[in-house]
Amino acid sequence: MTGSTGAARGEITRWFEDFRPGEDIPLGSRTVTRGEIVAFAAKWDPQPMHLEDAAGDASLLHGLSASGWHTASLLMRLFCDNLLAGSSSLGSPGVDHLEWKKPVHPGDTLTADLVVEDTRVSTSRPRVGFVRGRFVVRNQRGETVMIMDSTLMMGRRGVA
Amino acid sequence: MRYLEDFTPGETLELGSWTFSAEEIVDFARDFDPQPFHLDEEAGKASLFGGLAASGWHVACAWMRLWIDNQNRVMAEAKASGIELPVAGPSPGFDDMRWLRPVIAGQTIRYRTTFTTTRAFASRPGWGVVNSLNEGFDEAGTRVFHFTGHVFMPRRG
Repeated sequence: MTGSTGAARGEITRWFEDFRPGEDIPLGSRTVTRGEIVAFAAKWDPQPMHLEDAAGDASLLHGLSASGWHTASLLMRLFCDNLLAGSSSLGSPGVDHLEWKKPVHPGDTLTADLVVEDTRVSTSRPRVGFVRGRFVVRNQRGETVMIMDSTLMMGRRGVA
Repeated sequence: MRYLEDFTPGETLELGSWTFSAEEIVDFARDFDPQPFHLDEEAGKASLFGGLAASGWHVACAWMRLWIDNQNRVMAEAKASGIELPVAGPSPGFDDMRWLRPVIAGQTIRYRTTFTTTRAFASRPGWGVVNSLNEGFDEAGTRVFHFTGHVFMPRRG
């Protein structure tokens, strides 16, 4: 899917050319509340382990836990606020791989990073560059709770 | 849900449809994906999407909701016939999620799951994983979304 994020706001501080392989871009932190976990699950993933303590305790996740889709959505929000908003983003075609590695419980503080792996200019559309990277979400104990490999499409500086 | 042994490769489940209202698109985007083309009709029209477009995560979450609704329906029907089905385990993640076309306000997407492979775990007795191709189609039947899902399922006995 393609759109245009920063371009619509006219304050672009990060273009395709500003991504460097190996670079680790911090995307900020967010504490997840019980209320948010239950509200998200009630709407999108109404399974007992995301809604009730007793069911969470009895599950493989050892306690009331956030839907994995909630964790992915929270990563998207951190990514929007801390990178996309000031970028030449043109959207993303999708996600190659995502792993939910540890449960997220009420009160956990999630911190996200994007590690840039590879950049290349589109051969068919010269104004577009592809940035391939791994998103890593960690909790307050430094444990990795989620990883996501994805490709971003970014507008190139000075190429209309 | 069901036991690992009860899933047949190639079996298809029609999960039903989800209509993406402008209000729900904006609500989801405000919480999780506040980009102009997900928040504002005019910004959407001016973008390459050509209209107010749902966040890709919103499109994925609608699949999840319909998948759970289907699972609950199957379990309730079995219970009514006196059969107690097991609860599915968590998912370790997914692969190859693609947003092929934008989902624009007012569109209705039909979702379908096809079971592809199952595998019993040697390291975790009593459990295995079911892999599936999950797809969304617009009113014209054009595929707009797909991903390969993985869910842990208990084994019989």
